[in-house]
Amino acid sequence: MGLLTGLLLSFIVAAGIGLGSTWYALTQNISFGALELGAWKGYPRNGTVSIDPYARAVIARNGELPVGSGDGVTFTAAADDDGRPLDGRCDVVVRGTTPPARYFTLTLYTPSGQLVANSLDRRSFTSQELVRDASGDFEITVSPRARPGNWLPTGGIDSYILMLRFYDTSLGIATRAGREAPMPAIRSTRICQ
Amino acid sequence: MIRWLLWIAGGLMLGGVVHLATIMMLPRTASRDAYARLAPVVPVNGFAVLPAPTPESSILPFMDPAFAVAACRYDLAKGPVKLTVPVSQAYTSVTFYTRYDVAYYAINDRAAGRRSIELDLMTTKQREDLPDDEEVTAADRLIVESPSLTGLIVARAFSPEPSLLPTATAALRAAQCKPQR
Repeated sequence: MGLLTGLLLSFIVAAGIGLGSTWYALTQNISFGALELGAWKGYPRNGTVSIDPYARAVIARNGELPVGSGDGVTFTAAADDDGRPLDGRCDVVVRGTTPPARYFTLTLYTPSGQLVANSLDRRSFTSQELVRDASGDFEITVSPRARPGNWLPTGGIDSYILMLRFYDTSLGIATRAGREAPMPAIRSTRICQ
Repeated sequence: MIRWLLWIAGGLMLGGVVHLATIMMLPRTASRDAYARLAPVVPVNGFAVLPAPTPESSILPFMDPAFAVAACRYDLAKGPVKLTVPVSQAYTSVTFYTRYDVAYYAINDRAAGRRSIELDLMTTKQREDLPDDEEVTAADRLIVESPSLTGLIVARAFSPEPSLLPTATAALRAAQCKPQR
């Protein structure tokens, strides 16, 4: 009797811990080997055969196709430079310059990876579309209401993520840190709807 | 008391094994992965242009709206596949994925040069079986080895501004992925 209840207890603990931690890893997007540049996180290994098992599981569950490493690199930001989650009801300013790449795109998604509807049909900026200042820097205002200059509408959703993708770039697994890869800063303003 | 703690400790260790096993098995059991999502609209050994993502619907999550995308589900069971993707004006890339969505090779128009990206896709075995004919090896075609018999080829053509998307899409309509005789 003691053996049976003992085994049963073991199995319940095993199932709870095992499945619980798997569920947690998948919903919280636990992945290793992130290249963190300011608020931006990239996983250059996800576009190669040495993708880690956690990232593979997340990708299989989401149904996305990672950008291959010979094609480009993706960086994601879900928070600003101070770690505050991006809020679609407030103005957020993305400003600065980017690492060298033939082209880049900046796209706004819901956390589940859908585009956001807006009257302008503006879902992203490509490097060709941006208006830049004399020094070559750009400033994009991510805001629920129309703004002059480069305006990326949020549609007023609670939370969103920004994806910065670089195509045909030397940025990748060998990139170590900030100096080689200047990324635009993300600042939340106090201006909210 | 000690006995119960030992049972719990055993359960924790077993839990670790369950965790690792489920993470490793998930890509093979996921029923809504990218390959499964594309299967209804993408033919075997032929390209189909994917519908552009909109806020209402997107065949895959996190698609880049600045790109026209075409996909081909390849099957090497009957022999190598020959791939031709015309290069569009701005930027074109081709990425190869295994059946379980691992990107194992990607090439862009700069690396490929010329006016189209041309490749032969085959398994390691099929490559070994190629005749050692000098003319064949000297042929200026790239050979890519697939780690799996089936998988996805995804061609992406960049449109620097929305008005150029139809041009990029038109370039991809001419993409081909078909078995070699």
